Amino acid sequence: MEYHNVLTTCPYCGTGCALHLQVLDHQLVGVLPAKNHPISQGGLCIKGWNAHAFVNHKDRLQTPLVRKGGKLVTATWDEALALIAEKLSALKAESGPDSIGVFASAKCTNEENYLIQKFARAVIGTNNVDHCARL
Amino acid sequence: MTNSIPEFETDSNCFLIIGSNTSEGHPLIATRVLRAKQRGAKVIVLDPRKNQIGHWADVFYTFRPGSDVALFNGLLNIIITEGLADQAFIAERTENFEEMKALVAEFPAERVADLTGVPVEGLYTVARLYATQKPAAILYAMGITQHTTGVDNVKSVANLAMLTGNLGIPGGGVNPLRGQNNVQGSCDMGGLPNVFPGYQPVTNPETIAKFSKAWSSSLPTPNSPLSNKIGLTVTEMISAAGEGKIRALYVMAENPMLSEADINHTRHCLEKTEFLIVQDIFLTETAQLAHVVLPGASFAEKDGTFTNSDRRVQRVRRAVRPVGDSWPDWEIICHLAGKMGAGGFDFVSPQAVMAEVAQLTPSYGGITYERLEELGGLQWPCPTTEHPGTPYLHKNRFSRGLGHFFAVPFKEPAELPDQDYPFTLTTGRIMFHYHTGTMTRRSKKLDSEARQAYLELHPDDAQKIGLNGSRRVRVSSRRGQIELNVRVTERIKPGVVFIPFHFAEAAANVLTNLAIDPIAKIPEFKVCAVRVEALSGTEHRGGTDHRSGESERRTRRDE
Repeated sequence: MEYHNVLTTCPYCGTGCALHLQVLDHQLVGVLPAKNHPISQGGLCIKGWNAHAFVNHKDRLQTPLVRKGGKLVTATWDEALALIAEKLSALKAESGPDSIGVFASAKCTNEENYLIQKFARAVIGTNNVDHCARL
Repeated sequence: MTNSIPEFETDSNCFLIIGSNTSEGHPLIATRVLRAKQRGAKVIVLDPRKNQIGHWADVFYTFRPGSDVALFNGLLNIIITEGLADQAFIAERTENFEEMKALVAEFPAERVADLTGVPVEGLYTVARLYATQKPAAILYAMGITQHTTGVDNVKSVANLAMLTGNLGIPGGGVNPLRGQNNVQGSCDMGGLPNVFPGYQPVTNPETIAKFSKAWSSSLPTPNSPLSNKIGLTVTEMISAAGEGKIRALYVMAENPMLSEADINHTRHCLEKTEFLIVQDIFLTETAQLAHVVLPGASFAEKDGTFTNSDRRVQRVRRAVRPVGDSWPDWEIICHLAGKMGAGGFDFVSPQAVMAEVAQLTPSYGGITYERLEELGGLQWPCPTTEHPGTPYLHKNRFSRGLGHFFAVPFKEPAELPDQDYPFTLTTGRIMFHYHTGTMTRRSKKLDSEARQAYLELHPDDAQKIGLNGSRRVRVSSRRGQIELNVRVTERIKPGVVFIPFHFAEAAANVLTNLAIDPIAKIPEFKVCAVRVEALSGTEHRGGTDHRSGESERRTRRDE
């Protein structure tokens, strides 16, 4: 058996508590609070204590899906990304960059948010980029 | 937040908590407030519901949803007329005081009591306590912002803090408690239609030139400039998609089919969207409508950083590999950009992305993974790698120079109760669930604590609608209707009802009003008019609800 803890930041509210993910044989098995953290000081709320619980849920999406004949069916990454690239390029050429909108996300990392707005602004050419800050 | 979470425990002598269900929405911030109370700090809570932190407050009042501006104008007027304003702060650090003073003079306590439902003596108690127990921190959440007067409400909060000199000092400030782990970071990174990373406006020619140069390899041709036209917000993009003006939407990790106001409208618009791409970790209500679904990775499966409510940039670390053939979201975006022929997305790691962020974003200029490893977290503004970070803002000077008092007239919410829809609905969160429930409802323990939606109804109103022991009601607004169980409780104000918005099968946002603030474009989630009808029987949907029955009994005992 191989066990270790990984110090990270809670994925729920904006308080920014730190927690240790407990990893046993490459699987998440639990959460421990981080004693010396300036915000959480060794505490967590009930959501934080359960922050690992959804990660391995059976409903997790495991492959890209593409709608064919009205149904979402399994696709390869290559197929899915090629379809998106082709469709976005065609719509942009036909109706201009502002016919495309992009949602960033308060659940994703800073780096991912930076990249998606760079994608919207530089690759697509639109400032139609926003996220759920208001919702 | 202008200030830092640890300061609440060490420095604040008073808290004015308004529109925040702190102990359920931000439990570890509530802990700091309660520890401060133990050493003598005063806690004032104002809310349409007597929430948990309201029970622990020194002073608590309910007020009518949407009457916030009248309430603040009344408090400002009392503080000025009683001579409790901080004259030195006003003279040295602010402008436009006289205009604000003239307007709030139109809000004597008697009129404010009529408008808000807070008694006259209550207004005096709150005003005197907040103005004299310095440093005093204002804490708020979406109860302030999710209104057609959201911007006016925030201006009013700032007026109050400036009037009493509670800005630029530890333990004071204007502190919006951020509801989502990285909503602060998403804004900081330019996930907004009007600004590049670090709030650099898209309308500023110098900013356009700077980013056009830095991102030249990603542009269709090296010399094509970036757009200086302000884009659409989420709410506007969805409506534009319904009108065919937006033909494709790329939605990363967001579930507007549950989080938008007026979901029937959202569904109509998303169904009309010609090409809908959804990138998420579950097949959400929104993903079910998509043409292409891309499986992203959860927080436990990738590296990166989140920025919390007090502007603290902290590490997210990969603990396990992504499930199945899912990819970290940063890799998906980079691959897609590559497929579209763009350069400038060949990053080897999130650390390399942060290096580019730091180069282009002055407030993140000193943030590196090496420093985060060493220090744990850094609070922006952090302009250089020698800078220690900034625990509180506006010391000695506001970013614009002088703090500007706004004279804020009072406006009623967009939809008021009437004969057909006699109740005011307000929405919010509960302790056990998070936003659209995608993650928490798939967590066994959290799900077992709260399995279904419910309506909070005052006992007088229960009698009025003839509930007669039934537990089931139909709630309708001009936009739709839902059926759910009812909890009769004195914690809610008569005439007002509350529904948590986490539950897709009885989604509060079927009912809410899409009227938006003219500047912030935020929908008025917190006020709309509804009708409540008793249904016969005690029909259950979605499993048993024994735990919520228990917590209701616990609450009754508390009261």
